[in-house]
Amino acid sequence: MEKLINEFSFGLFFWQLFIFIGLVLLLRKFAWKPILDAVNERETSIKDAMNSAEEAKKEIASIQEDNQKVLKEARAEREALLKEARINGADIVAQAKAEAKAEADKIIAQAQESIQNEKRTALNELKNQVAQISLDIAEKVIDSELDSKEKQSKLVNQLISDASL
Amino acid sequence: MLIMPKGPYLYLATFLLVSFSTLSAKESNSKDSKQTGELKSEIKAYILHHLEDSHDFNLLSYKDKATNKKVHIGIPLPVILWDDGLKVFSSSQLKHGKKVVQLGENHYKLYHGKIYKTDAQGTITYNNHHHPTNIKPIDFSITKNVISILFTSLLMFVLFRGLAQSYKKNGLIAKGVGRFFEPIVLYVRDEIAIPNIGEKHHRRFMGYLLTLFFFVWFLNLLGLTPLGINVTGNIAITFCLALITFVITTLVGKKYYWKHIFWMPGVPWPMKIILAPIELLGLIIKPFSLMIRLYANISAGHIVLMSLIALIFIFKNWIGSSLSFVLAFSISIIEILVALLQAYIFTVLSALYFGFAVEEHNENEDH
Repeated sequence: MEKLINEFSFGLFFWQLFIFIGLVLLLRKFAWKPILDAVNERETSIKDAMNSAEEAKKEIASIQEDNQKVLKEARAEREALLKEARINGADIVAQAKAEAKAEADKIIAQAQESIQNEKRTALNELKNQVAQISLDIAEKVIDSELDSKEKQSKLVNQLISDASL
Repeated sequence: MLIMPKGPYLYLATFLLVSFSTLSAKESNSKDSKQTGELKSEIKAYILHHLEDSHDFNLLSYKDKATNKKVHIGIPLPVILWDDGLKVFSSSQLKHGKKVVQLGENHYKLYHGKIYKTDAQGTITYNNHHHPTNIKPIDFSITKNVISILFTSLLMFVLFRGLAQSYKKNGLIAKGVGRFFEPIVLYVRDEIAIPNIGEKHHRRFMGYLLTLFFFVWFLNLLGLTPLGINVTGNIAITFCLALITFVITTLVGKKYYWKHIFWMPGVPWPMKIILAPIELLGLIIKPFSLMIRLYANISAGHIVLMSLIALIFIFKNWIGSSLSFVLAFSISIIEILVALLQAYIFTVLSALYFGFAVEEHNENEDH
């Protein structure tokens, strides 16, 4: 201990204190502060960059999700449209069919009616002709046959037997 | 006792020095052993001289064979004394203690590294303990150590100012020599300051901690160069650094810190009374241990290294000298590690003490 005290030099202590404190103050102003500030700034900027990259990634993910959603919606819409179209088409066809059927029915009905009419007319005409022919035949028969009495009575009998009452 | 941390080193060195030299002494004849004895005492003086500060920057000393006088080659430095006014002269006038310097009516003489006021003949009077009783003027000389401190400070300023400026020029990326030190600066911040002081308060101590770390490290390394500088192994330097740490700790100490010292919470009151003086003593012991640790480690390192190098010249044979060389070489490498380690320890402990001082606790929290 005595040796240490003996070794102690006040002058050296003074210079050391003076120079060292000066050095601390100078370095703090001109070196440590700018260095630490720069390092901090760099660290912050790296952190920021990483954060923004993370955010961009998230954004991309959300955009992709949106895309997926839009795509899904579009597909659903297409499906719905197709379905609707299919239903519409069927309706149209059915309607057309119904209309055609109605038209056809109508035409058939008209045709039947006209056939009926024609038939009736034809029948009437035929009836008239038959009647005419009958009358003619009858006239002729009567003319030829009914010249003898016997024949007349025979015919009458025959007619009577034919006309079952 | 005071050099306990490096105690084993010293013992090892002494053991080696003694055992090897006796071994070599046995082998040689009496004339040689007398020479070896002289050499050993010369080496011892040389080592002790090296550990001390010096008034001139000595680069080389040798004995001129023709005149049988010691020749010193070096740079003279200014001597500044306060003795009823400022006295300035060049250290070359002291002639390594061989000459008395006259300034007006005052005479000064260098004796064992210290300047004393003497009479015209340079008489030194001694007391019973063989200590000089002459008046010692306050010595503000720019010594070898002061020059080393100035050099280191300048180097640090240029280096770190360059680093700071390279950020501005290169878009926040370090360039140049400073680039090597950026990870170390960050290490001091992330591994020393923040864990010990805390995220909240660490910033205001960074200036001191960084300067301290690099200052001690650079000076420790400078001490390992062949220039023979021993700054951090000087008690005045380590005292100054420890004192600054102590003053900062005391100034920034918060209520919780002082409460822990004078009235320890969470213990019964008789214990509080016992603990208060112990804690108060701890206040002094902490910086004191900082001072001694750095001083002792660096001094011991220098002693061991120089002893091992000196062994080469004591042995003067192939086996012993080469063995000493290998030992000296390995110790040099260890000393490079110690240089960094001691800077780290000083900084970590300073940060730890600052951390204690600024610590904040909730009142409800358990201790």
